[in-house]
Amino acid sequence: MNGSLISARGLVKRFGAVTAADNVSVEIRPHETVGIIGANGAGKTTFVNIVTGYLKPDDGAIYFRGQDITRLPPREVTRLGIRRSFQVAQLFPNLSVRDNVLVALAAAAGAFPSAFAQLRTQAQIEEAERILARVGLDALVHRNTTELPQGQRKLLDIAIAMIGQSAALLLDEPTSGISAEEKFPLMDLVLNAARAAEATVLFIEHDMEVVERYAERVIAFYDGRVIADGEPAHVFVDADVRRFVVGAELHRRERGHA
Amino acid sequence: MRWGTVPALGVALVALLAVGPFLPAWAVFMLTVAFAKALVVLGLVIMMRAGLVSFGQGLFYGLGAYAAGLATNFFGLTDALVLALLGSIVAAATGFVLGFVMARYREIFFAMLSLALSMILYGILVRSSALGSTDGFNLSPPSFFGFKVGAQQSRLLLYMLTVTLACGSAMALHRFVGSYAGVISQAILTNEIRVEYLGASVTRVLHLVYVIGAAMGGLGGALVALAAGHIDPELAYWTTSGEFVFVAILSGTGHVAAPLLGMTIFEAIRSFALEYSPYTWQMVVGLSMLAVILFLPSGLWSLFSRKRKGETA
Repeated sequence: MNGSLISARGLVKRFGAVTAADNVSVEIRPHETVGIIGANGAGKTTFVNIVTGYLKPDDGAIYFRGQDITRLPPREVTRLGIRRSFQVAQLFPNLSVRDNVLVALAAAAGAFPSAFAQLRTQAQIEEAERILARVGLDALVHRNTTELPQGQRKLLDIAIAMIGQSAALLLDEPTSGISAEEKFPLMDLVLNAARAAEATVLFIEHDMEVVERYAERVIAFYDGRVIADGEPAHVFVDADVRRFVVGAELHRRERGHA
Repeated sequence: MRWGTVPALGVALVALLAVGPFLPAWAVFMLTVAFAKALVVLGLVIMMRAGLVSFGQGLFYGLGAYAAGLATNFFGLTDALVLALLGSIVAAATGFVLGFVMARYREIFFAMLSLALSMILYGILVRSSALGSTDGFNLSPPSFFGFKVGAQQSRLLLYMLTVTLACGSAMALHRFVGSYAGVISQAILTNEIRVEYLGASVTRVLHLVYVIGAAMGGLGGALVALAAGHIDPELAYWTTSGEFVFVAILSGTGHVAAPLLGMTIFEAIRSFALEYSPYTWQMVVGLSMLAVILFLPSGLWSLFSRKRKGETA
């Protein structure tokens, strides 16, 4: 427990009859790259939603560097350095691609944004374009986000999640909706940036190839519980994981290709 | 080459000040009222950009007018600029307090709650016999920077003060629109949760936007009170608030100069329609609105704005 970056202890979250988190306890250490796996409805996104303050658990607590953050709103959790991306890209459809990045830069500057400091300065615009160039969206700066295909919206979502100081980056299915050729370059990009920032990365993923390739540690969820947690080599041979997670994923993939 | 908004507003202001002495009295009065009310719409437009459509700006408009009226009749303050600023400050302070509640509501709930608050003020004013009840009361003529002037000059000076405040406010709010809080307020319109997840406080930005709307409403109300020389509870009535929403939609939220133009056109249409068809003027106004919604869905301002690539403000 000592030295943990994020410490989840006995999290419980019920939605009516469904228990989305059933006594979930997880310790995340600094600089880890953790893959979170589990079938749909296993409680992966609920876990991320509780850690980031979007959902309040019915029981249990979350600590970040020893500080209790269970009741903090997403804004304050973000300001502490826990940042996230979304399964379905969360953007500002009324703004251009560049302005989406500028909003993220402005928000990262302070919880109470200045009513005087001008946002569209040369320096800020260059910074935004540099960020977009890193994810290969620099040719689309003036586009409206609604004009982008899903993969590029996802890239933009991850790019703006990484703006600002992050100690932990929580990615919700980063490669879903991304083409097979682009998923590894995307993960390389994100993980290199995270490593440069000395940030811990947690990513929820259905694609076992991605998990095998990038995760140093794997946490498997089933029915709101953690059923396995450890090195990938150990987790993937676990009987429950094979039955409830990997098997389900293979089944899913076969159906997808059929 | 395109003109920047601030220099363009500066030139417009100089032109408005220069033509003032040559305008007929009715035009001076009409433009004074139009620009004063445009201030209210300007504040409303800033709110609408963040998704807050208030059907109760009459609250701040009425507060500003009554603050100016009471200060001049009961406390002997007569300087027009001081009274205008006082109206704005009283409204902004009220907005600051109410903002703690209002910044938590959205859409129809925000609209109805703002309407309810303005009708509470209306109710209080109607029942206050000390404030003239439904008749209201007359204001003593204002002074300008310590000088008492004749009625003719007073109207002209008030016109000049009003257009200066209107253009100055438009310049200041143009800066706001491009500021950190201004751009984030636009992002709030479409995705509040993401704004929170980027680390900014949605409630605080909306609170600020609400106070700006209140301050503008109070400023406009005080100036209209000075121009008309009379105030009554009608200023806080819901039809007055509705008119501001009407003109905000007519003008469009695309630019800070739009309300100035929209309100001037609205006042002109109303004056002429009242003159030439006193019984059907509302129909003329309604048909104008219908035409704008059908042909210029982004408001009158879309006639002037060629869409610039990459500029969303």
